[in-house]
Amino acid sequence: MRLSDLPKGASAVVERVEDSHPDDLIAQRLRDLGFVEGEQVRLVARGPIGADPLLVQIGSTRFALRRAEAARVSVRAQEVA
Amino acid sequence: MSADTLRIALVGNPNCGKTALFNQLTGGRQKVANYAGVTVERKEGRFTAPSGRVLQILDLPGTYSFDAASPDEQITRDVLEGNYPGEAAPDLIVCVADATNLRLHLRFVLEVKRLGRPVVLALNMMDTARRRGIEIDVPELQRRLGLPVVETIAVKRGGARALIERVDGEVPEAAPAQPDDPISRADLHAQVRELLAATVRMPRATDALDDALDRWALHPVFGLMILAVVMFLVFQAVYSFGKPMSDLIGDGFDWLGAQLGVWLPEGPLRGLLKDGICTGLGTVLGFLPEILVLFFFILTLEESGYLPRAAFLLDRLMLGVGLTGRSFIPLLSSFACAIPGIMGTRSIQDPRDRLTTILVAPLMTCSARLPVYALLIGAFIPMHRVLGIFNLQGLVLFALYVAGIGGAMLVGWVIKHLHRDRSEHALLMELPAYRMPQPRDVAIGLYERSAIFLKRLTGVILALTILMWFISTFPSPPAGATGPAIDYSIAGYLGRGLQYIFAPLGFNWQISLSLIPAFAARETAVAALATVYAVAGGDAQGSGLAHALTTNFSLASALSLLVWFAFAPQCMSTLAVIRRETNSWRNVAISFSYMFAVAYAASLITYQVTRLFL
Repeated sequence: MRLSDLPKGASAVVERVEDSHPDDLIAQRLRDLGFVEGEQVRLVARGPIGADPLLVQIGSTRFALRRAEAARVSVRAQEVA
Repeated sequence: MSADTLRIALVGNPNCGKTALFNQLTGGRQKVANYAGVTVERKEGRFTAPSGRVLQILDLPGTYSFDAASPDEQITRDVLEGNYPGEAAPDLIVCVADATNLRLHLRFVLEVKRLGRPVVLALNMMDTARRRGIEIDVPELQRRLGLPVVETIAVKRGGARALIERVDGEVPEAAPAQPDDPISRADLHAQVRELLAATVRMPRATDALDDALDRWALHPVFGLMILAVVMFLVFQAVYSFGKPMSDLIGDGFDWLGAQLGVWLPEGPLRGLLKDGICTGLGTVLGFLPEILVLFFFILTLEESGYLPRAAFLLDRLMLGVGLTGRSFIPLLSSFACAIPGIMGTRSIQDPRDRLTTILVAPLMTCSARLPVYALLIGAFIPMHRVLGIFNLQGLVLFALYVAGIGGAMLVGWVIKHLHRDRSEHALLMELPAYRMPQPRDVAIGLYERSAIFLKRLTGVILALTILMWFISTFPSPPAGATGPAIDYSIAGYLGRGLQYIFAPLGFNWQISLSLIPAFAARETAVAALATVYAVAGGDAQGSGLAHALTTNFSLASALSLLVWFAFAPQCMSTLAVIRRETNSWRNVAISFSYMFAVAYAASLITYQVTRLFL
C-alpha cells in the first residue's frame, strides 16, 4: 500500500521509499527526512483542492507532501492503538 | 584573527529556533549580507562574553542534511569544513536542535558530528519540552553523543545563559571525522532511534493544542475561510493603522515646505528644497508606516507558524498556475514591496519554481503603487454607491488588485507551458509547531526591512527627486515667453518626445514624463507629477494635484494610466534585486520586456475601448 492511498487519520508503518526514476532526489530527500523502514506515519490532513497535498506526521514532525511524492513511500497499514 | 576572538557557527534544522537564539545572543548587532555570487544569506553578529572574549557568531541557513540538495546546504557544509573561499573555518560549531522534535533533529546533529570538528549541542525550546512532559536525560545524551549538551530557551530572557557559559569556556575536543557514504548515512537513522530509546521519554508525539489548531486551520472549508479572514484583517489593518500615520508624515512635510517657503529667499534653492525635496520625499516617506504595518503582520504570521499552513492550503491552486504553495509567502510580501518578496523566494528550493515566482511577484500590487492609485481614483472615480453597500472607488481599487493577481496567474500558467523542463518538482514542506511570536524577533525583522526601504529612499529616490526638479526647472524660459516655464525645460522636451510612444495609450506629456522616475520607483510618479504641476502652476499639493489632473486629462486616460501601473515594468530597484537574486541579466530582460508588453497592450485596450463609451 502507498502512503498516498492511506485514508485520513490512519496510521501505518513505512516499508521503504522507492525511486520513481534513477537518481531520484525527491526519494533521497524523503529518506533523509526520516521515511525509513519501521517508522510510524499518520495521515493528518488533506489539502482542500483535489485532496492534495497530504499532511503526513512522522515522529513529531508534520510534512506536507504532494500525492506524487507520497506515492513513493510504501507502507503497511496499522490499526490505531 | 586575534587570540581573544572566537568564531562560532550556528547550524541546525529549519524551525529549530536558531534565528531566535542568534537574536538573543547578538541583539541588534547583526550584519546581513550575501555569500558572494549566490543568493544564500550570510548573517553575522558578535557579542562579548563575560570573560571579555569576543564571540563572532555566524548564523548558517537552516538545513535538513548535508546532501547538498540546495545551495544553502552546500554552503553550510563548505563553511563548516572551512572549504568556503574567503570564510575561515569556525573554531566551534553550535548545533541547535528542537528538544520537542529530536527524532528529526538528532540525525542532523550526528551528521554535523561526523565532520570531525568541535561541536556543542544546544537543546532548544526546553520550556515547551517540559510543558509537554518530554523527559530528556541530558547527561546520558551527552555521554552517548560524546558532545557537550546545553539546554536553551531562545525566546526567554537569559535563556541562552548555559550556552554562553559553555562556549565561553574551553573549546571541546572534536570527534574523529567519519566518511560520508550512503551506507553510513542510512545507519544514522538507526543511531537516532537508539539514542531516543535510551534518553528521551515522550508522552505524546505532538502537542495536543497544535493538533486541535490544525484541525481547524487545515480544514478544507474552515481552513480556507480562516485564511480569507486573516488576509482581510491584514489589509484592513494596513489601511486603518498605516494610513493615518502616512497622512501625518505627508502633512509634516507640507508644513516643513511651507515654513521653508517663508524663510528662504525666492530662488532656485527655495525651489529645490520646497518643490523638489519636501513635496517629493514627503510623499514617498509617507509610505513607511503602511509598509511597516504590512510587514509586522507578515512577520508575526511567519513567526507563529501559520504561513506554512496557508502554503499547504493553497499549494494545489498555485501548482495549477506553475507555482508552488511556497510561493504564497513571497507573493504576499510583494503586496508590500516586490523587493522583500523576491528576496523571500529564497525559501523556495526548486530553481524553476523560484524563477517563476520571481517573474510574477512584481505583478502583485505593491504599496508603492497605492499613492498613484489613490490619486487617480480620488480624482476621477466618483464616490457612487454600487448596489447600496459598495463604494465605486473601493471597487476600482479592488479590481486593480484582482487584475494584478489574475495577471500573475496567467503569466505563471504561460511560463509553465513554455518551459521545456516538465519534470516533477517537490513540495516536501515541514509544518512547524505553532509558536507565540516573540516581540524581539518581530522587531529585529521589522528593523531590517525598514532599513532596506530607507536606504533605497535616501539613495535612489532622493537623487531622482532632485533630478526631476532640475530637469523641470532648467533651462529657464527665454525672456518674453508666454507659456508655462516647464514647457521650455528639459523635462518638457523629454515628455513631448516620449509622448509619441505613449499617445496611443492616452497619456499626455506630463504623464509620459512622470513614467521616467516611476521606473526608478513607482511612488515617485506622484511626486514627479506634483513637482511638474507645482512648477507649472503654483499650488498643486494634495487636492490641488487631483484638481490639476482632472482639468488636464480625460477619464479614459486616467483608467489607462491605472491599468498601466497595474502591469508596468517594475521599478529599477526590483530589477536590480532580480539581477542579484538570479545572477542573470537575461532574467532581468525577460522580466522587463514581458511586463512592458503586457502593460502597453492592456492600457491600449483600456484607452481605446473606454474612449468609445465615455
